Amino acid sequence: MKSYENRMYVVLAIMFFIGLIYLMRLFFIQVVDNSYKSSAKNQALRYVTEYPTRGLIYGRNGKLLVYNEAAYDLMVIPKRLQVFDTSAMASILGIEQDLILERLKDASSYSRYKASIFEKQISAEDYAAISEQLYKFPGFFGQKRTLRKYPRKAAAHALGYISEISPFQLEQDDYYKKGDYIGISGLEKFYEEQLRGSRGQKVLVVDVHNTVKGNYAGGKYDTAAVPGLNLHSSIDLELQAYGERLMQGKRGSIVAIEPSTGEILCMVASPGYDPNLLVGRDRSKNYRALAANDTLTPLFNRAINAEYRPGSIFKIVQSLIALQDGLITANTRIACNRGIIGCHGSHSNDKLVEAIQHSCNPYFYEVYRRMIQRGEKKSIFQDSESGIIKWRKSVQRFGFGRPIEIDIPGVLGGTVPGDAFYDRWYGDDRWAFSTIYSNSIGEGELGVVPIQMANLAATIANRGYYYLPHLVQSVGDSGRALKPYTEKQQSGVDPQHFEPIVQAMSKVVNETGGTAGRARMDSIEVCGKTGTVQNDPWPDHSVFIAFAPRENPKIAIATYVEYSDFGGVWAAPISSLMMEKYIYGKVVRKEKEQRVFDAQFLEIYDRPQ
Amino acid sequence: MTDRSKGGSYDYTLIGVFAILVMLGWLNIYAATYSDDFSSIFDLSQLYGKQLLWIGTATVIAFICLQLDFRFFQTFSYPLFIFSLVLLAAVLVFGKEIKGAQSWFVMGPISFQPSELAKFGTALALSNYLSSLTKSFKGFRTRAIAFLIILSPALLILLQPDTGSVLVYTALIFVLYREGLSGNVLLFGLLSAFLFILSLLLRDSSINLPFDFQIQGVYIIMLFVAILALLIFFLFRKVKQLPIVLGIAVIFVSGYVFSVDYIFEEVLSPHQQDRINELLGITSDPTGAGYNVHQSKIAIGSGGWVGKGFLQGTQTKFDFVPEQSTDFIFCTVGEEWGFLGSLVVVVLFIFLLFRIIYLSEKQRSKFARIYGYCVASIFFFHFAINIGMTIGLAPVIGIPLPFFSYGGSSLWGFTLLLFAFIKMDSDRINVLR
Ligand SMILES: [Zn+2]
Repeated sequence: MKSYENRMYVVLAIMFFIGLIYLMRLFFIQVVDNSYKSSAKNQALRYVTEYPTRGLIYGRNGKLLVYNEAAYDLMVIPKRLQVFDTSAMASILGIEQDLILERLKDASSYSRYKASIFEKQISAEDYAAISEQLYKFPGFFGQKRTLRKYPRKAAAHALGYISEISPFQLEQDDYYKKGDYIGISGLEKFYEEQLRGSRGQKVLVVDVHNTVKGNYAGGKYDTAAVPGLNLHSSIDLELQAYGERLMQGKRGSIVAIEPSTGEILCMVASPGYDPNLLVGRDRSKNYRALAANDTLTPLFNRAINAEYRPGSIFKIVQSLIALQDGLITANTRIACNRGIIGCHGSHSNDKLVEAIQHSCNPYFYEVYRRMIQRGEKKSIFQDSESGIIKWRKSVQRFGFGRPIEIDIPGVLGGTVPGDAFYDRWYGDDRWAFSTIYSNSIGEGELGVVPIQMANLAATIANRGYYYLPHLVQSVGDSGRALKPYTEKQQSGVDPQHFEPIVQAMSKVVNETGGTAGRARMDSIEVCGKTGTVQNDPWPDHSVFIAFAPRENPKIAIATYVEYSDFGGVWAAPISSLMMEKYIYGKVVRKEKEQRVFDAQFLEIYDRPQ
Repeated sequence: MTDRSKGGSYDYTLIGVFAILVMLGWLNIYAATYSDDFSSIFDLSQLYGKQLLWIGTATVIAFICLQLDFRFFQTFSYPLFIFSLVLLAAVLVFGKEIKGAQSWFVMGPISFQPSELAKFGTALALSNYLSSLTKSFKGFRTRAIAFLIILSPALLILLQPDTGSVLVYTALIFVLYREGLSGNVLLFGLLSAFLFILSLLLRDSSINLPFDFQIQGVYIIMLFVAILALLIFFLFRKVKQLPIVLGIAVIFVSGYVFSVDYIFEEVLSPHQQDRINELLGITSDPTGAGYNVHQSKIAIGSGGWVGKGFLQGTQTKFDFVPEQSTDFIFCTVGEEWGFLGSLVVVVLFIFLLFRIIYLSEKQRSKFARIYGYCVASIFFFHFAINIGMTIGLAPVIGIPLPFFSYGGSSLWGFTLLLFAFIKMDSDRINVLR
């Protein structure tokens, strides 16, 4: 009988072979190919974002400037939609039926699996009603968000606003996801990283019917949302609101700084807007309306974005630099020679203090000439060139000609022309002092921004140094002052040179016949200087910088009132009222106040600003 | 040699592998059906609770098997076979239809599938018959009877119809092969499967030739077959009668290839056609016919090297994979224990099969040897088809993974098959040649 024992090996080989093939296949789909892993995640896991609450913004003395209110975004995941009654949804949300279809199409084209915002920022009350009906609309769900709210209609420009992130920004920063809110301007933008906190994420497991079955891996991969840090701002809400009230019916700005710290007490830009307008469902509609208003430009922050010629106030800077460079002393007398440049008032041979007090143009023509043409080079062109390089450096140390590093974005730098500027303008060796002398009295090619003028006032108040102006004292609850704002910035001019300037500024306000008599206060010695930015043939811009009291100043201020009048007429009294409000907490000079309230300078000119 | 009067000892390796497989099986059933409102592992309203009950009763069956006299199985092989045929016939009348097949007896809380017992009966009857032959497996009559033993339960099951259980009987071809059936049968089976697949794959394709000639699907195969035949002819020209043999082969192949179409369209049901089309990649419909396999592959594939951990599977537990505690139980292994877990299970099964065959060859009794091969073949078929379908290498035929899949009937059936063999093996030294 033939034995078939050896056939055992054939059978064993077949079994072994099948086992081996299966192991290879298993190795391939489990270890080599990753597509199954992502499919599994897509099917069974839902990543739910936990949004942190955005940090609050407090003002001086702990007054709340910005807080959060719960709101909901209605989200949609196109993949999970089922047939639903669009007209019912339209009536619940109060939108057009066509819009629903349009938005669904947009959402699908973004992603079939990821959530898109369907309706933004529904208030808590509205959402309560909607959520009751939501079970009829599978694929839709509410996502809790926070809505910014402002207890007072004030400081809109400084605080800034938040808005849904744009596709462009989305590409720039991979922290954000579509539908996230991000600071667009002001403090909201500058302190975005601190305010936003960090998102958390919950990983949920769903079954085949899309029912949530609990946390994935016992919550091992969940992260909690970390709330944003609160900002403690230096803005004095009362002062800010008062400033906005004074500036009603006027174009311009008021910036007040605490000289000893550089903290900004108020930043008024007028016309302004109610910050609550740029929040919630009507945000985009309101924004369009504000942006379209090109005569009043309410979104324009004049305090940091408007550039003006500095005018007479600049004579202070010229004096300080000339004193420091030893080109004049407090006793230097210069004749009021009105041949080249005009003057006003009856004076003939002023000393420095009187010259500032009288705003004597020929005096500063000569001071500027001494700075530009120092006689160090033979050629007047080269002499002027080396002179202007020195002068420009000195001016820049006061914070002019470059953006002041304040903690809101988009600050303009103004203009301090130097050799390169004039070489470009006139050509190399084609200009000298005689070409550029209008700079001497703050005209010519100089340009300043109100915040820089307020900083100048603070520098004079401190007799030579300043702290970078800033709106935030501390972030979070540490109470620690922020680093760049604790470093003293030197103007490069020694303190003793400020005495004649302070003396002159006091006389401007307090001496009978001074140009800023309207800024005078009975109990406190105010020091100030008026300026006038000419706009022929239209009314001048009225400008005033001041600080008070003369010793240990508590407040330094710069006020601009466009198209109003000479500097002393409007800017000076407004500044005075602001200082009274800040120092005493209230204003008793009701008559003066009423005069300002009543004034309207919103007439529209062909060339605004 | 051990004490002859007491007989040999049981093969504890097999018993150990059995215990491990049953335990692993239960753990995976538990994982696949576990939910947070878990009360007790003995909760009989849950599958894992019931499976514990089935495991308990299976242990009793195993114990009884070991207590029986080793001669019992051979003596009662035909009665048992007839009994299982009667049950198969009865179920067609009294059975309950579940999922389109009338294959269950339902008695209160207990359901029983006679086709599980029929495998045991058929294995015994086939072993008894083949071992009774004095000559080896030759002659038409002998073969006819052997095939009749195999085909009669298969036909009765086909009437239910339960295609999966019917196909299990094809596994017994290994037994016949071992006992002397020509190896060409295996080759023939392989070749026809290959041609079947090739015909289906090429059914709707064509090759473009110059001058606007186009060769349609089946003709491509015919062309290859003809070229192959010519090649063989020229290589082995000297062999007598080669042209006749080749000629007949070509005619048969052609007939077969042309009939594949007919068989596919007319004999197979539409959902069977779909499953085969999916398997061969002719169609791809992950939400329809291909859903099960697609989900199964996702579950297994998402396991990675070491898996997501016990009870951490998401695809199986949350019903993405259908039949996750019965036919697709291997998904839970793949998902929660990863490649390493799969490796362990596959290796355990292959080891089990090798051990059974190794022990079979050691039997002095021809009956026991043949029976051992029957057990190994049936286990192998279940293993190959069940795991193969979860990873997309075999058609979706609903048959359980031995010892793993949930279910009383199948566990009892597999336990019976295995422990009868263990009993026979333990007594092999008592068998006189
Ligand atoms: Zn003069």
